[in-house]
Amino acid sequence: MSKQNKTSGRTVIHMEKRNSISRSKAWAIRLTAVLLSLIVCAIVIVAITKQNPLQVYAGIIQGAVGSKRRIWVTVRETVVLLVIAVGLVPAFRMRFWNIGAEGQILMGGAASAALMIYLGNTLPLPVALLLIIVVSAIAGMLWGIIPAFFKAYFNTNETLFTLMMNYVATQIINFLICIWENPKGSNTVGVINSKTKGGWFPRVFGSEYGLSVLIVLVVTILITLYMNYSKHGYELAVVGESTDTARYAGINVKNVIIRTMCLSGAVCGLAGALIVSGASHTISTSTAGGRGFTAIIVAWMSKFNPAAMLIVSLFLVFMQQGSIQIATQFGLNENASDIITGILLFFLIGCEFFVNYKLSVYREKEA
Amino acid sequence: MAVLITFIQRSIGQGIAILFGATGEIMTEKSGNLNLGIPGIMYMGGVAGLLGAFFYENGNESPSPLVGMLISIICCLLCSLLGGLIYTFLTVTLRANQNVVGLALTTFGTGFGNFFGGSISKMAGGVGQISVKTTASAFRAKIPGLFGLPVIGQLLFSYGFLTYLAIILAIVCTYFLKRTRAGLHLIAVGESPATADSAGINVPKYKYTATLVGSMIAGLGGLYFVMEYLAGTWSNNGFGDRGWLAVALVILALWNPSNAIWGSLVFGALYIIYIYIPGLSRAQQELCKMLPYLVTLIVLVITSRRNKPENQPPASLGLSYFREER
Repeated sequence: MSKQNKTSGRTVIHMEKRNSISRSKAWAIRLTAVLLSLIVCAIVIVAITKQNPLQVYAGIIQGAVGSKRRIWVTVRETVVLLVIAVGLVPAFRMRFWNIGAEGQILMGGAASAALMIYLGNTLPLPVALLLIIVVSAIAGMLWGIIPAFFKAYFNTNETLFTLMMNYVATQIINFLICIWENPKGSNTVGVINSKTKGGWFPRVFGSEYGLSVLIVLVVTILITLYMNYSKHGYELAVVGESTDTARYAGINVKNVIIRTMCLSGAVCGLAGALIVSGASHTISTSTAGGRGFTAIIVAWMSKFNPAAMLIVSLFLVFMQQGSIQIATQFGLNENASDIITGILLFFLIGCEFFVNYKLSVYREKEA
Repeated sequence: MAVLITFIQRSIGQGIAILFGATGEIMTEKSGNLNLGIPGIMYMGGVAGLLGAFFYENGNESPSPLVGMLISIICCLLCSLLGGLIYTFLTVTLRANQNVVGLALTTFGTGFGNFFGGSISKMAGGVGQISVKTTASAFRAKIPGLFGLPVIGQLLFSYGFLTYLAIILAIVCTYFLKRTRAGLHLIAVGESPATADSAGINVPKYKYTATLVGSMIAGLGGLYFVMEYLAGTWSNNGFGDRGWLAVALVILALWNPSNAIWGSLVFGALYIIYIYIPGLSRAQQELCKMLPYLVTLIVLVITSRRNKPENQPPASLGLSYFREER
């Protein structure tokens, strides 16, 4: 318990760690934070666009779910963000700060782009798709093993290591763009197989993004089962709590670190395939587009609960898509959505303090 | 010879922004705060300086370069201070996870910079890109006389004052960390906040001060890039990944600001060396641009192998301090 004199007067703020908090109260606090963040976002948007705030929010809703097409885009972005967050869960549970999702996504995306370019038109679609999914997961896995190896054997700081790996991956993408560029001199890869649609995800449930949704659903369930009901999942949680305890219990810590990062990298690599084969059908350095970083925050704030991750992902994507719409409407650039995301995140991150701690302000009696 | 001189000049030009960022990040990390928001803060500092100068030049018939310069420096410092304040308030006071807050801050700051840098000119009713030539001229002014010297003048005196400020700041920070009581206290806070707290050091105060000062120093790096490198204009995402290079440079410099001076030169050189290697194809050039990151990875692995205590990251780096959980 700590005590803090706010003024020279007698107002005292007591900060007390809560032993437990009812679920409804915790969600009430989070909901308040969301409302506050929406109000602050509205103030920011109104200050910039000088429009009626209600109209602005109508525009955001319109932008996120205004048409069938927009609903599917929102769904697609949500599931992609969700699957990256799900992929990060095993690593974070092990207290391995995998900041390298961005790079793992890019490597997975590069692998699926390569398969689309070189084999997409020759292989039958089911084989090509299976290959794309497996190979992109392996590419992400390889990118995840490298920092895990150095963490396991040399105790190298994984936060900084995975961070640097992102930029090595970015340069590999730039290198590949030079090789694959189409048309020549454009410095972009362009839409791959735009005529034949070789290696593109087929339409499922009446949408081209249906397959992505299905894959994400399966992966999320599998990872949740792995985390909660498998020996591996238990071991990595023990390593996360204390490596000494793990070692004492006879767990091979090095193996667990490498194994877990294989899984984490593989799911992020798979996310790269969902983005490249399932949505954009091209590759660029912005294929990951900061989602690897946003997913870290999603996973952390949701305390690794898959349902909470879905809600947070949906909320963030909804606001992003909406603010992109507002920005286009007023001829502003779409980076506005990053500002909105930032503000939302600050509030969501900050409110956890009030879930964990109880503040009481009172006037102290004269002694 | 002429090629070598331009190469060194351009390496320095690339390195200075990174040096500001690294010096700021070292001060921050010494307090145990791993501020991954530094790239965002550099964007915020840069764009705020630009906006300050823009509104001053737009509202004035005959703007004076010196006043514009002062305004932009003040705006830059205030805005980077704001960025640092968001970070410290959330991590120190509200005890949120440092990585999470830092990454959110980078998302926010980068968006903030690109949004305002890219659209303020349009919003103010103008056309085309934002440009503050008058103010930038003050930042780009060279020392008269000395600049004319052959070779030495070009190598040492062909830069604006921010270049020299970056080097001076790095040296001052090293002196502060190694030779002053407050600096040693700061190191103690970063190594073991619980021990420092028992010794009567006000841990939150040190964490706040170091992070805020560090953010302001890093913000100057953004200002340098906008004013001296881009000559008072903005290009979206033009700053690129230099902010992360600054975080990388902290590792290369082994948490010592004066090492960051030569380190920034190395990074600057590695960043542009592909232009000077003859016969590279465009694809090979892209691979060459990987070098700064690869070097950082190698340094990171080597330092974790060799257990020299003074070359290690601060022991409590990245961990929040909970007084009641000692």
